[in-house]
Amino acid sequence: MYFIIALVALVFVVLTVVVVTRLQDVLKNVKKPESADETPSGNSWNGAMFIVLIIAAVVGITWSYLHAREHFLPIASSVHGRRTDDLFWFSMGVLTIPFIFVNFLIFFFSWKYQFKKGNKAAFYPDNHKLELIWTIIPAIVMAMLVFTGWKAWSDITSEAPADSEVIEITGKQFNWIVRYGGVNDNKLGNYNYKLIDAQNEVGIDLSDENSFDDFLNPTEMHIPVGRPVLLKIRARDVLHSVFIPHMRVKMDAVPGMPTKFWFVPDKTTADMRAELNDPNFKYEIACTEVCGQGHFSMKINLVVEDEASYKKWCAEQATFLQTYPEYLAKVPDNLKAKAMKGLPADTAAPADSAKTASTGGGIGTSAALR
Amino acid sequence: MSAIEGLDTAVHHEEHAHHHEPQSFWQKYVFCEDHKVIAKQYLITGIVWAVIGISMSVIFRIQLGMPDSNLSWLKPILGGWISETGKLDPNFYLALVTMHGTIMVFFVLTAGLSGTFSNFLIPLQIGARDMASGFMNMLSYWFFFLASVIMFGSLFLQAGPAAGGWVIYPPLSALPQAHPGSGMGMTLWLISMAFFIVSQLLGGINYITTVINLRTRGMSFDRLPLTIWSFLITAVLGLISFPVLLSSVLLLIFDRHFGTSFYLSEIYINGEALPNVGGSPILFQHLFWFLGHPEVYIVLLPGLGITSEVIATNSRKPIFGYRAMIASMLGIAFLAFIVWAHHMFVTGMNPFLGSVFMFLTLIIAVPSAVKGFNYITTLWKGNIVFTPAMLFAIGMVSLFVSGGLTGIILGNSALDIQLHDTYFVVAHFHLVMGAASAFGLFAGVYHWFPKMFGKMMNTTLGQIHFWFSFIGIYLVFIPMHYVGIAGFPRRYYQFTSYDFTHKFMDMNMFISVAAILSFLAQFIFLYNFFRSIFKGKTAPKNPWRSNTLEWTTPIVPGHGNWEGELPAVYRWSYDYSKPGAKEDFIPQNIPYSQTLESNFPHENELIATEKEIEAQNFNDQFNTAH
Repeated sequence: MYFIIALVALVFVVLTVVVVTRLQDVLKNVKKPESADETPSGNSWNGAMFIVLIIAAVVGITWSYLHAREHFLPIASSVHGRRTDDLFWFSMGVLTIPFIFVNFLIFFFSWKYQFKKGNKAAFYPDNHKLELIWTIIPAIVMAMLVFTGWKAWSDITSEAPADSEVIEITGKQFNWIVRYGGVNDNKLGNYNYKLIDAQNEVGIDLSDENSFDDFLNPTEMHIPVGRPVLLKIRARDVLHSVFIPHMRVKMDAVPGMPTKFWFVPDKTTADMRAELNDPNFKYEIACTEVCGQGHFSMKINLVVEDEASYKKWCAEQATFLQTYPEYLAKVPDNLKAKAMKGLPADTAAPADSAKTASTGGGIGTSAALR
Repeated sequence: MSAIEGLDTAVHHEEHAHHHEPQSFWQKYVFCEDHKVIAKQYLITGIVWAVIGISMSVIFRIQLGMPDSNLSWLKPILGGWISETGKLDPNFYLALVTMHGTIMVFFVLTAGLSGTFSNFLIPLQIGARDMASGFMNMLSYWFFFLASVIMFGSLFLQAGPAAGGWVIYPPLSALPQAHPGSGMGMTLWLISMAFFIVSQLLGGINYITTVINLRTRGMSFDRLPLTIWSFLITAVLGLISFPVLLSSVLLLIFDRHFGTSFYLSEIYINGEALPNVGGSPILFQHLFWFLGHPEVYIVLLPGLGITSEVIATNSRKPIFGYRAMIASMLGIAFLAFIVWAHHMFVTGMNPFLGSVFMFLTLIIAVPSAVKGFNYITTLWKGNIVFTPAMLFAIGMVSLFVSGGLTGIILGNSALDIQLHDTYFVVAHFHLVMGAASAFGLFAGVYHWFPKMFGKMMNTTLGQIHFWFSFIGIYLVFIPMHYVGIAGFPRRYYQFTSYDFTHKFMDMNMFISVAAILSFLAQFIFLYNFFRSIFKGKTAPKNPWRSNTLEWTTPIVPGHGNWEGELPAVYRWSYDYSKPGAKEDFIPQNIPYSQTLESNFPHENELIATEKEIEAQNFNDQFNTAH
C-alpha cells in the first residue's frame, strides 16, 4: 500500500524537479521583451512534457491495468452476467482504440506543431470529406454497440419464464427481508403496507390463503442453481437498490411500485468456493441507492445451492404463522382450518372473530405482483 | 440613462448630453449593472464555492482512502461531526458528498463558469455596450448570491445540510424521519435551489436577448465566435430545463410540507404507515433528470466554446469546421433533452423505454466525436503557443474524449446494470463533466484575465498549475474506473461491510493521495490569480494576438466597453495565419478592403457590402435618441 503512495509521491517529485529546473531557465529569459518572433515563455518544455506524458501514460495505464485486473468484474455466476461481461470487455476493447488514438494525436500534435520561429500555421478551415468520415465512422461503431447492447438488454428484461422460482425481497432502513411462497403452495400471499408492524415486517396479508405458508428470512436468501429465479423487489420506506455483484443483478426497490429482475444462477456457493479456492466465499446482496446512514452496510447473504438442498432448506424454515401464531387472529374464520395446518395444536387457539373482522375488512389489499 | 463612463467623444456629449455622475462604491462594485463587474462577481463567488466544494471532497477522500486515519485535527472546523475517536460521522459523510455535488455542479460549474463568461464575453465579443438588461443581470447575480448564502447557511445546521445525494431522490429527501439531512437541511436546499433557478432564468433570458438583438454592425450569426454560440445554446438549454427542476422542487416542497403525495406512496417508516398513496418516486427522477441531463451540457458547452476560441487563437489557425462545430453543438443540445432516462435504466422504468433511451444516448457520441476530431485537426500543422489557457484547452479536449468514451459503456443499458451507481459512473462524469468543464473554466480565466483585470497572470506558474492538475486528474480518475469495474458502489461511507469490497484498499488510498495533491496544486492558481490582480504586469492591448472584438477595447474597458463608436465587423473571428497576410491574425474589425493581399475571391466580393455595414448603427444604446 505504501509502495503506491511512494510511487505517486515520486511522480510528483520528479514533476516538481523538472518544473523547477525549467523554471530557472525561464526566469533567466523573462527579462527579454516578447515579440511575435520570440519563442513564447516555457514553450519548449511544455511541448516536451506532452511526449513525457505519452510515455508515462502508456507505462502507467498498462501497469496499473495489469496490476488491478485480478480485482475487476468478480466472476460472473449467472448466465446473463457472462453475456454482459463479454459485451463490456468487447465495448471496452473497441473504445480503447479511439481512447489511445485521440489522446495520442492530441499530445503528439501539441508537441509536433509547437511554435517554431518563422513558422506559419496552415490555413485549413474545413474539409467536408473529413467531417463526413468522422461523422459516419463513429455512427457505424455506435450502431454496432447499440445493437448488441439492445439485444442483451431485451433478453435480460424479457418476461421471466413460467418455471421461475419467485422470491420477494423487500428493502427497509437498513436491511433486506426475503419472503418465500412456502412449501405447500409456493405462492406469495398478498401484502399491504398498512399491515406492517414489528413482527409482520413486510405487511403479509393473512386474509389471503396463499400467505399461510409464506416464510421470511432477514439474514439469508437461498436460491436454487440452474433455473430462473425471479426477484420481486419492494421497498418499505425509501428507495433502495438490490445489487448482487456476482450475478450482475441490479434493480431499484421503490416504495409503492414493485419491481422485478430475473436471472439464472449457474454456480452454487460451493462451486465458487472451489473455483476461487476460498472456503469462506459468500455471495452478497448490497444496496446501491443511497438510503441513509446505514446505506453502506445494508447486506444480506445469498446462498446458491442445488435443488435438493434448496428444497430441504425451504422445508426447514418456520412459516410466518408458525413463528407468530398470534397472527392467526387475522385469518378470516372460513380459512382458519387451512391456516392451522402445520401449526402445533396448542398454539392454534380460537381466534377473536371481532378483531379479524375489523382488520380483514377495512383495508383494501394490493395483490402481490404476479 | 445615467452614469455612463468611458465615453469621451465630444460629439456624443453634444448630441445627447450624457452626464457623468460619479458612481458610489455600492453602485460600482456591489449592485452594479455593468456586465464586466457582474462577471467578476460570479467568478469570485465561484472560486470561493470551488474551494469549499473541493475541500469537502478531500475530507471524504481521506475517509475512503485512509479509513483508519484519525480526523481529530478537523474538529475545530467540523466539531461534533468528528467523533471522540476521530471518526467521521456517517450521516455527515452523506452530507459531504451531497453538498460536494450540489456545489460543484450548480454553484461552481453552472454559475461560476457560465455566469462568468457569458456575462463577460457576450457583450465584448458581439460588440455591445452591455447586456440587454443590466438590471436583470444584476438581479441574476444577487439571486445567485442569496441562493449561495442560504446553501452556505445550511452547512451550519445542527442536523446537517441536505444529505440524500445531489439528486435528492424522494422519499429519502421527502421524509425528515428517514434521515437527519432531510429536515431543515433539505428545506434550505430546496429554497436555495429555487432562488438559484430564478437567477439562472434571469441570466439566461438576458444572454439570449443580448446575442440576438445587440450584435454590432456586420456581426451576423455566421461571424459569431464559437464562444458566443456555446453561451447562446447553453442559455437556451437552461431556459428550457431549469423550470422543470423548479417544478420538481416545488412538488417536493408540497410533499414535504403540505401533505400531498406526488412522490410518496405506501411508505412505512419509524413504526408508522404514512397515509400517502398513489405517488411515484420515479416521477421525481424523470423531472429531475429532464433538467439533470441538459445540465451536464449546460456545464460542458461553455467549456467547449471557450476551448474552441483558445485553441484556434493559440494554434494560430482557424478553428477547423466552424459550421460543423456549431452544428454539433446544436445536435448535442437537442439530444440533451431526449436522453435523460439513461440515468434510470435500473429504477424499474419500463425496459422498452430503456431501449429507446439507449439508442438516443449513444447518438450523442457522434456530434461529440466530430468536436473531438475538429479540435485535433485544428492543432494539426498549427504553430502552437503553450499559454496556460492553451494548455488547459488541450487538456480539456483530452479529458472530454477520455471521459466521454466511458459514457458509451454506461449509455448501454445492458452494461449499466452492473455499473450503475458504482465508481465507474463517478469516474466517468468527473472526467467528462467535472474536470473537462473545470479545465474550460481555467482556460477561460487564464485567457481573459488580461481583459478582466488589465494585468497578466504569471505564465510559468500557470503552466505548472496545468501539469499538476492534468496529471493529478488522470491519476485520480483512471484508477477510479478500476474500482468501479470491481463493483464498488458509490456513496458508501466505508467498504468494510462486504467481502466483494475487501480489496483495492491500496487503489483507494492512491486515489485519495492523488486527489489531495491535485487539490493542493490549485493553490498555485489561487496565488497566481489574486497576486496578479494586484501585482501582475500590465497587460498589452491584445496579449494573445487574437481576432475577437474584446481585444479592440481599451486595456481596462469602462462602462460601455468601447470609447466612441462600436466597432463594425467584416469577417469571421478565425482569420489566423491567412495566406498572404503580413501578420498571422486579422481581427474581425478589419475590412476586406484593407487586406487585399490575403483575400479569397469570394471575400473580395464582400468589399462592396462594407459601406452598408458601416452605415448601420441601430444597436448602439449610446447612439440612439432618448
